[in-house]
Amino acid sequence: MTISVTITVNGQQETRDVEPRTLLVQFLRESLQLTGTHVGCDTSQCGACVVHIDGKSVKSCTILAAQAQGAKVTTIEGLAKDGKLHPMQEAFREHHALQCGFCTPGMIMSAVDLAQRNPNPSEETVRHELEGNLCRCTGYHNIVKAVMAGAQAMRG
Amino acid sequence: MTNQGIGQAVRRKEDFRFITGQGHYTDDINRPGQLYAVFLRSPHAFAKIKSINTDAARKMPGVVAVYTGKDVAADKVGGLICGWTVKDKQGNPHKAPRHDIIAIDHVRHVGDQVAVVIARSTSEARDACEAIEVDYEVLAPVVDVRSALKPGAPQVHADAPGNLCYDWEFGDKASTEKAFASAAHVTKIELVNNRLSPNPMEPRSAIGEYDPGTDTTTVYTTSQNPHVLRLILCAFVLGLPEQKVRVIAPDVGGGFGSKIFNYPEETVCVWAARKIKKPVKWTSDRTEAFLTDAHGRDHVTHAELALDKNGKFLGLRVATMANMGAYLSTFASAVPTYLYALLLAGQYTTPAIYAEVKAVFTNTTPVDAYRGAGRPEATYVVERIVEAAARELKIDPAEIRRRNFVPVDAFPYQTPVACVYDSGQYAKALDEAMKMADYANFPKRKAESAKKGKLRGIGICAYIEACGIAPSAVVGSLGAGVGLWESAQIRFNATGSVFVYTGSHSHGQGHETTFAQIVSDKLGVPMENIEVVHGDTALVPMGMGTYGSRSLAVGGSAIIRATEKIIDKGKKIAAHLMEASVDDVAYDKGIFSVKGTDKQVPMAQIAFTAYVPHNYPADLEPGLEASAFYDPANFTFPAGVHIAEVEIDSATGVTTVANWVAVDDFGNVINPMIVEGQVHGGIAQGIGQAMLEGVVYDPKSGQLLTASFNDYCMPRADDLPSYKVGMIETPCPHNPLGVKGCGEAGAIAAPAALMNAITDALGTEEINMPATPQNVWHVIQRQNLAAAAE
Repeated sequence: MTISVTITVNGQQETRDVEPRTLLVQFLRESLQLTGTHVGCDTSQCGACVVHIDGKSVKSCTILAAQAQGAKVTTIEGLAKDGKLHPMQEAFREHHALQCGFCTPGMIMSAVDLAQRNPNPSEETVRHELEGNLCRCTGYHNIVKAVMAGAQAMRG
Repeated sequence: MTNQGIGQAVRRKEDFRFITGQGHYTDDINRPGQLYAVFLRSPHAFAKIKSINTDAARKMPGVVAVYTGKDVAADKVGGLICGWTVKDKQGNPHKAPRHDIIAIDHVRHVGDQVAVVIARSTSEARDACEAIEVDYEVLAPVVDVRSALKPGAPQVHADAPGNLCYDWEFGDKASTEKAFASAAHVTKIELVNNRLSPNPMEPRSAIGEYDPGTDTTTVYTTSQNPHVLRLILCAFVLGLPEQKVRVIAPDVGGGFGSKIFNYPEETVCVWAARKIKKPVKWTSDRTEAFLTDAHGRDHVTHAELALDKNGKFLGLRVATMANMGAYLSTFASAVPTYLYALLLAGQYTTPAIYAEVKAVFTNTTPVDAYRGAGRPEATYVVERIVEAAARELKIDPAEIRRRNFVPVDAFPYQTPVACVYDSGQYAKALDEAMKMADYANFPKRKAESAKKGKLRGIGICAYIEACGIAPSAVVGSLGAGVGLWESAQIRFNATGSVFVYTGSHSHGQGHETTFAQIVSDKLGVPMENIEVVHGDTALVPMGMGTYGSRSLAVGGSAIIRATEKIIDKGKKIAAHLMEASVDDVAYDKGIFSVKGTDKQVPMAQIAFTAYVPHNYPADLEPGLEASAFYDPANFTFPAGVHIAEVEIDSATGVTTVANWVAVDDFGNVINPMIVEGQVHGGIAQGIGQAMLEGVVYDPKSGQLLTASFNDYCMPRADDLPSYKVGMIETPCPHNPLGVKGCGEAGAIAAPAALMNAITDALGTEEINMPATPQNVWHVIQRQNLAAAAE
């Protein structure tokens, strides 16, 4: 049995027939081939799969594709606009906030949401807010720097 | 140009694809007609397989095939191998019991693979796994080394009596005994080096694909060393012709050692793909990763340090039991032996050292190299016992180290455990670190903490590591089944741009940038015109891959050798173009010139001429490319000092890392931004080991109790401090870049520094890693009770 799911992903309306148990992250990766959203665990701990649903960061492994019916989803692929990197993406590159790159899409999506809610976050706030995004490479030092710099750049 | 060469913090070339979600990790790759493999895994730590019924599973929707160990055996597939043979005290080779890619008669750890279902989708394969019936005769397991060595313990393998893989020794026993006999003081310590799960964020994944028309097999997989994997698969396990197998390790999301090894899963994907003639893909979930990715560490050690009355080290003896898990993984045997005991001199002149290591099989996940591999375990022993000795003798821990450092004028320095240290300035690193940590004012800070009712401690770790393990002849004599050189190829295009092929592999280390910087610096080619290619055995010359902080010291040196060959050939072309003798041609940063004249030709013109050789030396081949293989003369020996400072809330046991200083000596540095990033990540893993992480098995059932991120505490952003990283540069004298390697240092230094700080704060050595709030709180309660009883 399949169901039809329609989601607007990165500005484009997409309709696919999927098994009811399909997670949003599977819908993105397997049905739409948007493989920038990663899966790093099976307990919703690691945050590699964070996307924005109607502007808020959500772990796309925690919800079914069907639950996102009609929603507007932004993935890492949709963050840069008109060929111009988002300030948070720029900040991650400038501050060497990534090594293997696997946690990076989720980390950036979480960071953008964080900065939208906290335009001028302290180091403590950034560390606390990123608790749901695991990185094994960087020791977070440069991620924290990048998120603060990215937030500043977003303030303009 | 000048801001992109060696020594510059060039921003990484690889980042654009990662920050835009356009990386290509193995699970992102899908092949036409691809099927999906899911493994049925043992729920028992130790059991005899009485029967397996796959009839129902075969009839499930979407199922293409179900295989068990018997199907694999029928195809005469070899067992997985251990590539390093360690000889025991009597000179006998270690025990390496058969490791089937799917279990046949016994399962030996929870997660051991019992069957594989191959289906049209992962969910259908998963459903079908549920329908397989396995009749087990459950056996009593053994999970820890002490229990496994006891008489009457469950026997993990019939052909490894007493669960002993080997009983090995190293060093001079007699001279060490003599040193202890003459000692004014002996410090003793019992240490547990806790078992860790590497947990790169990208789970392992593999696609096997077979093209019957060309009889070619392609393997996409999460590997740190695709050529080594190809060699093992072809020559030992599947018996395939090497020229017919292509291994591609695309973007790999971290490794930390765990992706060096040949595992059952990718082997099954390749075997099944050839059988079914359809691509077969498997991607680990995180629980499978905890159950099957090779774990790290897991040592139990008793160590003794002999000192004279002035705190000078006279001798060190170490007895270690190392847990190998249920099977001997690809390089497992080398980790607690040659990567461990050879580093027991640390930064010191200890004249006599003797180590004994018993490697032990248990009903747990195999243990192999994890970031540092043996060297963190050695550093932990040396730096904990040195600190303990200082406390016992009431000598400042910095001072006792200073009294025993190998002095700057003693290099090259022959240790009593085989290593010849290349270069170092140990006291300078300590001075610098103490300054950065404001060591002198620690007592003031401790008093201030005490006023708040908190305990404060400071801990030093002066570590040494050995990187770029080599030369091949030496490691071969120690039992390695491979050479440890590295390859490079530089290929110019007619338009002056360059491909750089490296046999090492980047899975986060930034080789695409660092190696391009080297080539840009040496050949004068702009960074944007250089493409570093790695991870594909069809493109790259045979290489040995990335582990042991070897890529720059060995792979980078091979690149330098290749640039030299390019320059040599370029000089001949330039001489012809400028109508000069080759001896009169000078070269500097991309420009060939005739000495004493203003005649010059840039590298791009040389490349063009080499491929459009209309006006060209008669005796010279066209084309501009060069290959080089570099086999190092010695290990490199990075060293440094880390100082940790902690504050402990004695009511809760919560430990806060108040300050972290690292002063590392990696020799010359190509890209300081990348090097600092490596240090940060290493420290984080070391802090994780010391305070948060630990693999726990239930001793009775052998169940893995820490098989998810809910149960295994990975360091999170709010668990960790920012780090103060300093560097000194003592060039390595024996490789062309003067570099030493930086990938593992943080993970080597951090556990001892942090535990020395915590034990300093608590006033007792009796606490094991991980020093969780609960463990720390228990120590404080014990102390309170003891104080109350007095």
